Amino acid sequence: MSRSGKLLIIGGVALAAFGMLYGLHYAVFIEHQTLDGMGLNLTEAFVHSAERQLPEAHKSVTAYAITKFNYVRQVDVHSHWIGLAMLMIVLGVIFDRVGFSDKVRFWLAVLLLLGSVIFPLGVILQTANHGLVPSALAVVGSAMVIISLAAIAFGFAWHSTPGA
Amino acid sequence: MVSTALSSNVAAAFAPMSARRLLVFGGIALVVCGMLFGDIFAVFVLHQNGGRTGETLLAAAQAAAAQDSTRVRDAFAGIGGLLEDRGTKVDTHVHMTDAGYLALLLALVQPYVALPSQRRKRLAQLFLTGSVMLPVGIFLIHYVGLAYSPFPVIGWASILADAGGAVLIIALLFEAWGLWLYLRGTRTPDAETEIPRENSSAARALLTGGTVLVLLGFLYGAWYSAVDLYGHEAQETSILTKLADAAAANNTQGMNESINQFGGLAAARAVSIAAHSHIIEFGLLAILLSFIQPYVYLSDVWKRRWVKVLLGGSVILPVFVLAELKFGLVAGGIADFGGFLVIVALVGMLVGVLRYSGRLDSATGARS
Repeated sequence: MSRSGKLLIIGGVALAAFGMLYGLHYAVFIEHQTLDGMGLNLTEAFVHSAERQLPEAHKSVTAYAITKFNYVRQVDVHSHWIGLAMLMIVLGVIFDRVGFSDKVRFWLAVLLLLGSVIFPLGVILQTANHGLVPSALAVVGSAMVIISLAAIAFGFAWHSTPGA
Repeated sequence: MVSTALSSNVAAAFAPMSARRLLVFGGIALVVCGMLFGDIFAVFVLHQNGGRTGETLLAAAQAAAAQDSTRVRDAFAGIGGLLEDRGTKVDTHVHMTDAGYLALLLALVQPYVALPSQRRKRLAQLFLTGSVMLPVGIFLIHYVGLAYSPFPVIGWASILADAGGAVLIIALLFEAWGLWLYLRGTRTPDAETEIPRENSSAARALLTGGTVLVLLGFLYGAWYSAVDLYGHEAQETSILTKLADAAAANNTQGMNESINQFGGLAAARAVSIAAHSHIIEFGLLAILLSFIQPYVYLSDVWKRRWVKVLLGGSVILPVFVLAELKFGLVAGGIADFGGFLVIVALVGMLVGVLRYSGRLDSATGARS
């Protein structure tokens, strides 16, 4: 097995295990409480509306929006880390079929691995910091994944071309 | 003509009740069951659930307008139940399908897991057990609730699902340990041989088509998160605030408008996320299926047909899911048909693998 294939498989297995452990921790300790919190915020908003206390109702809607913002990203991180890890393992097994030199394949593998770690990391950091850095990390990470995947798809097609 | 020759080398790579055979059969079965569940959910539950959620939210707003806090709380308890019903069914579909993908993936890496064959087989059984426990547990969460549970927020069905997840993690950690041993140079005498490489047009189409589907899914996801995600989140807050204001002012027209906007927004988000996730998952599935083509004992013509059906369904479903916003239920029906095409293609390939293993076993029995 080539070193690029090894890198993708080891990186993929590590990322999948990490993503699953994160998911298990989230499901046991955070998810139920978060969902209950979202439901409570929304209920309070309309209870305040019924009591004609509009400023409190607006505060509850805002609290719901913040909790949901975090919930969406926490779930997305779990699914994206595991999904990207599976993709890396699959591609790792057949990476020698990508029609580039060993060196190019290795750097493509590095790009895909880094992008797969950085992109969801940027997404989850958005729950702690609403500044530019987490969003920039997510954008750069997803760009790395897209560029490497485009090159890999081209490499497969190139390899399949007779005489390539 | 049937394309797969049955050499002793190939036979060794698909031995009866071996880890790989268990994982290939279990993986395809899990994907088929997960997708079938998803199709049934989309046709019989999804839209009805969305409609009831809108009606209950309107009831909550009307209760707020009537200054009846008790009815507001009752309505939101109802919405919580509806969302849990929907969420657990989506999660059942996703986790069952993804466990199937993982099983196919593990079948692929078996030659690199440096553990004795008996242990590999036990790990495959453990993995498949967890793969059934997890989605079944998730499905039951809505129906079992907190009945007889010793915990304040986690019911027995959640415990079953979490235990299934833990079983999967244990199996994967041992598989990872086997991979680590292999990479450190350990070799076992009864190691599985590598899956024979098939350079047929069917395998190539699945490999390249699958990678392109994954890429398209990522491009769409990046576009959605850059253009729509934050806008949708801001819109939801704005609509809910207007709804609370309209309820406080007893403004029936305002409440109805907000409910309609809320339903439209929920639909827009749902179809965007569904299109993104389905096109990527179908791409991954196509890549995985390219590996098992040597085990699909069908003529080249039929292999190519099933590949076309699979890739066709993989494009139709996400495209028409997106078109649902514009063309409504007609597009939804076509999207469901796309999902059905993928299921049919998978069953066709599974039949090919069953034919292959039956022929292999009978040939092995005749030799012994």
